[in-house]
Amino acid sequence: MATMLARGLGGRIARNEDERLLRGEGMYVDDVETPDAFHVAFVRSPLAHARIRSVDVSAAAAMPGVVRVYTHADLGAHAKPLPLLFPHDDMPYPSTQHPLAVDEVNYVGQTIAMIVAADRYVAEDAAELVEVDYEQLPVVVDYEAAAEGGPLVHDEFPTNVAADSTWRVGDAEAAFATAEVVIRERYVCERSASTPIETRGVVARFDRGTRELTVWDSTQCALPVRSALIAAFGYPEDKLRVIAPDVGGGFGVKGYLLYPEELLVPFAALDLRATVRWTEDRREHFVGSNHQRGQAHTIELAATREGVVTALRDTFLHDQGAYIGYGLITPQIAASHVAGAYRIPNVTVRFLAVYTNKVPVSPMRSVGRPQSNFALERALDRLGRELGIDRIELRRRNLIAPDEFPYPRDGLYFAGYPVVLDSGDYPAQLDAVLEAIGHAGFPEEQARAREEGRHLGLGLACYVEGTGEGPYEGARVFVQPTDGRIHISTGLTSQGQSHATTFAQVVSHELGVAPADVVVVEGDTDAFGFGAGTFGSRAIVNVANAVSLAAAEVREKAIAFAANMLEASADDLELVEGAVRVKGDPASVVTLREIAVAVNPIRYTTLDPSTADIGRFAAAREQPGFGPGDSPALDATAYWAPTSATWAAGAHAAVVEVDEETGFVRFLRYAVAHDCGTMVNPSVVDGQIHGGVALGIANALFERMAYDEEGQLSNASFVEFLMPYASEIPTMTIEHLETPSPLNPLGIKGAGEAGSITGPAVTASAIDDALAHLRIEVKETPIDPARLRELIDAAEA
Amino acid sequence: MKPPPFDYHAPASLEEAVALRAADPDAALLAGGQSLVPMLNLRLARPSALIDLRRVGGLSYVRVGDGGVAVGAMTRQRELERSGDAFAACPLLREVLQLVGHPPIRNRGTVGGSIAHADPAAELPAALCALGGAVTVLGPQGARKIAAERLFLYPFTTSLERDEVLTEVFFPAPHAGSGYAALEFARRHGDFALAGVCAIVSNGSVRLCFTGVGGRPMVVDSEDPDAWQAAVDPSADAAGSADYRRRLVDVLGRRVLDLARSRSLR
Amino acid sequence: MTIVRVEVNGVQVEREVEARLLLSDFLRHELGLTGTHVGCEHGVCGACTVLVDGAAARSCLTLAVQCDEASVTTIEGLAQNGELHPVQAAFRESHALQCGFCTPGFVMAVTALLEERRGEILSDGEVREALAGNLCRCTGYQNIVRAVQLAAERLG
Repeated sequence: MATMLARGLGGRIARNEDERLLRGEGMYVDDVETPDAFHVAFVRSPLAHARIRSVDVSAAAAMPGVVRVYTHADLGAHAKPLPLLFPHDDMPYPSTQHPLAVDEVNYVGQTIAMIVAADRYVAEDAAELVEVDYEQLPVVVDYEAAAEGGPLVHDEFPTNVAADSTWRVGDAEAAFATAEVVIRERYVCERSASTPIETRGVVARFDRGTRELTVWDSTQCALPVRSALIAAFGYPEDKLRVIAPDVGGGFGVKGYLLYPEELLVPFAALDLRATVRWTEDRREHFVGSNHQRGQAHTIELAATREGVVTALRDTFLHDQGAYIGYGLITPQIAASHVAGAYRIPNVTVRFLAVYTNKVPVSPMRSVGRPQSNFALERALDRLGRELGIDRIELRRRNLIAPDEFPYPRDGLYFAGYPVVLDSGDYPAQLDAVLEAIGHAGFPEEQARAREEGRHLGLGLACYVEGTGEGPYEGARVFVQPTDGRIHISTGLTSQGQSHATTFAQVVSHELGVAPADVVVVEGDTDAFGFGAGTFGSRAIVNVANAVSLAAAEVREKAIAFAANMLEASADDLELVEGAVRVKGDPASVVTLREIAVAVNPIRYTTLDPSTADIGRFAAAREQPGFGPGDSPALDATAYWAPTSATWAAGAHAAVVEVDEETGFVRFLRYAVAHDCGTMVNPSVVDGQIHGGVALGIANALFERMAYDEEGQLSNASFVEFLMPYASEIPTMTIEHLETPSPLNPLGIKGAGEAGSITGPAVTASAIDDALAHLRIEVKETPIDPARLRELIDAAEA
Repeated sequence: MKPPPFDYHAPASLEEAVALRAADPDAALLAGGQSLVPMLNLRLARPSALIDLRRVGGLSYVRVGDGGVAVGAMTRQRELERSGDAFAACPLLREVLQLVGHPPIRNRGTVGGSIAHADPAAELPAALCALGGAVTVLGPQGARKIAAERLFLYPFTTSLERDEVLTEVFFPAPHAGSGYAALEFARRHGDFALAGVCAIVSNGSVRLCFTGVGGRPMVVDSEDPDAWQAAVDPSADAAGSADYRRRLVDVLGRRVLDLARSRSLR
Repeated sequence: MTIVRVEVNGVQVEREVEARLLLSDFLRHELGLTGTHVGCEHGVCGACTVLVDGAAARSCLTLAVQCDEASVTTIEGLAQNGELHPVQAAFRESHALQCGFCTPGFVMAVTALLEERRGEILSDGEVREALAGNLCRCTGYQNIVRAVQLAAERLG
């Protein structure tokens, strides 16, 4: 079933990134050395909803070591709301926050004042001295209550519902009217967050000599941050550089534009003509960096008695938190994936994005997909029970068949494209995961365990993932004459996605050089001027294809130049291991480095003997030398702009043991079958899946943002927000399928988020199975031991 | 998350430490710092000064004899955990210590610090109570011993006077042939438990001590589940209701007795 | 201000510091050893793990002054003669890191673990329990477990 690896890509090679990182030589934002920098701490709202009567900073400003204290009134032209990134006709009531609160705060953690001081210790001391006089306002925490009325988060709007949007495929209403069977249920996923181990941070340096502003930012989107700062400050583009150095994990939270601190810290650097730095601490991260996941889906399936699903209706509420700077992206992605891997011809999906007095929401890894996947896959399990059809058989009857691609869902949109599933073999994925989890022998295993009083359950679920969104990304491939290494520069950032290795592999494939001799430069707006960033499982799809196109052009150029140098016909030349040679005459050879030196008419005045005698070759160009349109570099720049999203897919299965007495759930094993088209480096894909599955399990069993009725986040620490350790995560087996995407030359689909989509659905399905004797149905995640015991108590009663 | 300012003393003798403590009621003693420093970082603790005991000699030892294990207050938890002599005399200690945080925490955290901190969800205080141990403290009036059952008063509060310093913890060795066990339910490995228990059983006698289900270690000398419920006083939090914790008490009590009995020589 | 004399990666240093200065900040900002990372400052994530007198410790839960007269080893001090330590090499070969931020903490904790349990064959479950105390959001831990087993095998 596995397809041929596209043109030799697919080596499980060790990473170019690692040696430096393992030696402690990484360069993360807080590692940037800035002698004489000032340090920032923020005064943040301790209340979820309040009017600010006054802010008194006099005591703080007078403290020794404090340089400046800023409030809204000190921001001048920047005292205006931060940008709304994605306006939408279905969103009549958008609200974004001010960098520093004006006269109202809408969530605990909202920035009110910025202290600039000699060091962070002093800045925190001073922050405690800022006196804010609040008038408390009614708080709305529960988003279902907020949707139905309740106190208003923004009293300039008549409602807390920021947007109400409906998408339709076919005619679900007609299908429901004539359905043989209908099921309806409500499924809820709680709020969680990306929580990278590196928090956010910004260092801004104003150079008084050059008037350049350099901003180091732990962002997933260096170029968009630069654009935003240029727009905000009216600063010349060539004087403002944004660097996202090593970034210690992103998972979406660092892809948001623009956090208040990303504007305020550079603002202070400009205002003070100095270097100013801020590193978010963990407590700030919990209340000052965006969350996600909170959604309540009410889903209905219409089906025949044979279990063929004819229609789906889903209405869901999306907990947006206090502001909506990132528009409707998260609920839209949930909606676009609601029919999953199944041939469901009629779909109506409606969502309401609802304001609450909580931290704002923007995409985190797998963005909305886990919630609609949970609703759909849970509903399918329910439908199977209702019809007396095994859940696996039920899925087989509905999975889209390999010969049905491309499979369109006219009326649903993903990242601006109409949803068209491009390729795959969904039934084969299901077979593969069942084999990997040991499904055939499981009933016996389950029965044996039951005799010992142990409750084992097998869970499974399928998913699809829209990946590779545009609008484009690009890359420059450049043969460095000084050392002959190939440099790739892109407009991306890297937060652990292994670009320095995978992009090198693409070049290696085209130019025959060792991947270790390829240098990838990114995360720096000076390195490449166009692009969006690393999010949405899009980097490898767009940039690997751009690198491939650029490398192919370099290859053609190299052969043309070498033909001239070797006085041979281009047709007689081949590029092998980084050198061009005459076929059948290995002695007639020029290396890429030699070509790179020769191609520049000025050449390199070098003491290096290996290039000093480059003159022994014929000229690299036809006489009479350099002409219009010629480049002095052996380089090429290319862009890839996808025409549509590529759709990865897969299936997960797990075996869990439930301690019925306590409600504790333990994973015994976990299997994944996954298809992201051509894999550039399967080890890297494995790693992405491993991390994704761990996040899925975290969402399923452990992680929630526990807000109380006052809007206080009661578990804002790693002590109480239960991110799993190795001891809570099972060993996984991964089966790769490789159905190339027809939509790009390399056949690649994205792989960044797939692993984290279906953990909640798989876990719930496994728990239901383990407790089938009690007819438990898990409808909410995370399902912690106390809650599971409540379900068991209710079932026993 | 940086500590607020405080004065710092690193006395070289216990007497000096006691004098410093007597002189400044808002000063805090610093042992291993694994509970105090996070509270400082979160600015939940604001002592006027820290009295660091690291330079006070003679407070780090594990001595087996006199019917038990005497442990100097500044002994790192890992040292006690890894002590073969202590394990031979009182194997419960190793089992309990392996439930305390993670190795890097136990490498720094001290036995005396954990006892004096009196976290109602901590494991070591429960072990001390289950074993019927005692501590030695030094104050301006001299040394005295406090039995475990009179030591832990309320959450984070012991019966030490403000000017007293804990110097030694004594864990009696159970009778030869006694069964022992420590169990807990924690969401993640090494977390503070939702509920935990230590048990010692020997012919005819049973002692359980629960942790995390009341304001202090809850001792009960009974194998009757109703007696356990009468002894504990759990409260609700985000991790579970009081009723859920009572259920865990019941499950823990039964399981710990099974395990302890399986280890006893009858 | 208090004087602290400490040996860091074999080099004796002396600095006058505020008593409240955390060891993590001392290493990173006073000594420029930025390989030790800070992830939570309350002792849960393990990113800041270093060796104090040979034993793994959270540098965010340790005041610099507590390390007076102690020796501290950080990730920068692990490689010998330019060669990666076997634990570092095993992490590379096993693809046990992605963003690399938590990695120094893991490597230091694992180094201490394998020193202590030299010669033992560690099961998957034992390794996972031993790794509890360090958070990683990228890898799902699987390849870290493999790296630990590989390094254990090599260290013998």
